[in-house]
Amino acid sequence: MRPLTLRRLFLQCSLLAAILFVVVVVALKLGAVPVSLYGLGRDLISVLLHQTKALTSDYGMIVIEIRLPRILLAIMVGASLSVAGTSFQALLRNPLADPYVLGVSSGAALGAVLALIAEPHLPLPVWLAAIFTPFGASLGAAATIAAVYFLGQRQGQIDSATLLLAGIITASFLSAIIMFLMTTLSGRDFRGMAFWLMGDLSSSLQPSLRWVLGVGFFAAAGAIYTTASDLNLLLAGEKEAMHLGVDVRRVRLVVYIAASILTGLAVSVSGAIGYVGLLVPHVMRLLFGSDHRTLLPTAAFGGAIALVLADTLARTVVAPSELPVGAMTALAGAPLFIYLLRRGAA
Amino acid sequence: MSTPAYSSSTWPNPSDAPRAVNPVRLSVEQVSYAYSANPSQAPLFTLEANSFQARPGEIVAILGPNASGKSTLLKLIAGALAPLSGRVLLDGFITHTLAPRARAQRIAMVQQETPLLFPAHAWEFVLQGRHPYGRTLRFENEDDVLIARNALAQVGAEHLSDRWMNEISGGERQRVILARALCQQPLLLLLDEPTLHLDIGAQVDLLVTLRRLAAENRYTVVVVTHELNLAAEYADQVVLLQKGKSLRVGSPASVYQRDLLEQVFQTPLTVEKGSNGRPRVNLFPTP
Repeated sequence: MRPLTLRRLFLQCSLLAAILFVVVVVALKLGAVPVSLYGLGRDLISVLLHQTKALTSDYGMIVIEIRLPRILLAIMVGASLSVAGTSFQALLRNPLADPYVLGVSSGAALGAVLALIAEPHLPLPVWLAAIFTPFGASLGAAATIAAVYFLGQRQGQIDSATLLLAGIITASFLSAIIMFLMTTLSGRDFRGMAFWLMGDLSSSLQPSLRWVLGVGFFAAAGAIYTTASDLNLLLAGEKEAMHLGVDVRRVRLVVYIAASILTGLAVSVSGAIGYVGLLVPHVMRLLFGSDHRTLLPTAAFGGAIALVLADTLARTVVAPSELPVGAMTALAGAPLFIYLLRRGAA
Repeated sequence: MSTPAYSSSTWPNPSDAPRAVNPVRLSVEQVSYAYSANPSQAPLFTLEANSFQARPGEIVAILGPNASGKSTLLKLIAGALAPLSGRVLLDGFITHTLAPRARAQRIAMVQQETPLLFPAHAWEFVLQGRHPYGRTLRFENEDDVLIARNALAQVGAEHLSDRWMNEISGGERQRVILARALCQQPLLLLLDEPTLHLDIGAQVDLLVTLRRLAAENRYTVVVVTHELNLAAEYADQVVLLQKGKSLRVGSPASVYQRDLLEQVFQTPLTVEKGSNGRPRVNLFPTP
């Protein structure tokens, strides 16, 4: 008997944080323009000391103003998608659930596109304009998950295969609507939008949106974490959970809303990046066990690591051109998904 | 959240449990329930007024053919369903109005299990029984581990602690599930067809364990079962249901009557008296 202790959780998270740090350093170093580790270290320190004037070279600017924000974005998006995936798997009691497979990402993308189209025509106050796209995306995500949940039922029971089919069909239906809306855009916007839909981290964010992303992530992930031990029981079955003192309706509502927000945030800044939310939780379960008190934080770190790695590959393998990161995650993720499906979904 | 009446961190022990003024612990008073496809239609199934009482240490068996309302009655007792009329009192509390955690500290339910989605150790499973005593986010402490060990020992399953739930036999799993229920330190232990899918030896084992637990821990046990002879052997009271009506409530000897059982279960049988005075049902009477 080895119950989880705060100490063990802290050790696990420290280990993953260390790995994330190494990955980030490698990602900062790699790219179309080579940067030495020494120069990298000096530049980072001077930024931390707010001495931006002292950057060693033009390369310093590339690293600090282009690569670093992009890596930070990848960390936030990867963590969001991974935590959302973990939550959906518990909420729907389906090991193959994730925002992308269930069509939730497409729903969020549609919400984001609608918000983008509507925004110029609405007299919005400044604070609302800043969060309007992620807000639209979160609403889109929430509506889609509700729809998929009801479509995925058979005789009042959630059915694993039906649920996945419902997700796939919803995703293609929503993508068609997005395509339809996109034809109204100009050619340049169209290309940018198409790239974004594939999942893309290259767009630079407004500072206000960075704040929304950061605060939103910690609020939503924190809310989900408060239900971590309830989720463990919910996975064992709703009836069992209720008899063990879980307020099933409250937990489901909290997780449903928070996971929708996480998906909406991630999709509104980076498009529909697939498979991170599906595979990272599985890998973390294999490494650290299926207790959600461990799984949620380790999945957050794991998602961040995975997406920083994928994005680094996406911008280096075909340098000086680059791939959408969503193509990269799908390339690695789809075969793994098939493997899990064939193995009867551990 | 109200303070639980019995939230001592040690194992509940008959000597230190507060003596209730009223020795009756569970009181099922005229409860009824109706299922219907939608509220405007006539109910598809009704469970009509049922009453009985049970004391600490007593085992009550709910018997009846399929679709007679056994599980519905158990859910009403557990407070998982709100009765249409009547009420279920557990030490004076109406069970279905208790908050989920308060209820889980008093009532433990052993159900026909749902398959696990992800692998778990038996000890992880047993520790889940401590959930109602935790705060929002908590890590199990030494007390919890002690209680879980104790629970595993009480059902004779210490050796299973480090095994995976999906790798142990049905009978062993049933013991671990029972140990999880004991971890809740309940006043009322409910079991929904616990002997289903068990071989005969494991069935008898389980009932012997229940009898011992009811005596040692002063649980009130309510068990839904199809096993007429096991119920006759180990129950203090029997509730016989047919099509949502309770036909008879009482000691096995008073309920087990040939005509009655033949009519309820729709099969020829004979009832004998065993050497210990408890009735025995013979399902294949020689003509």
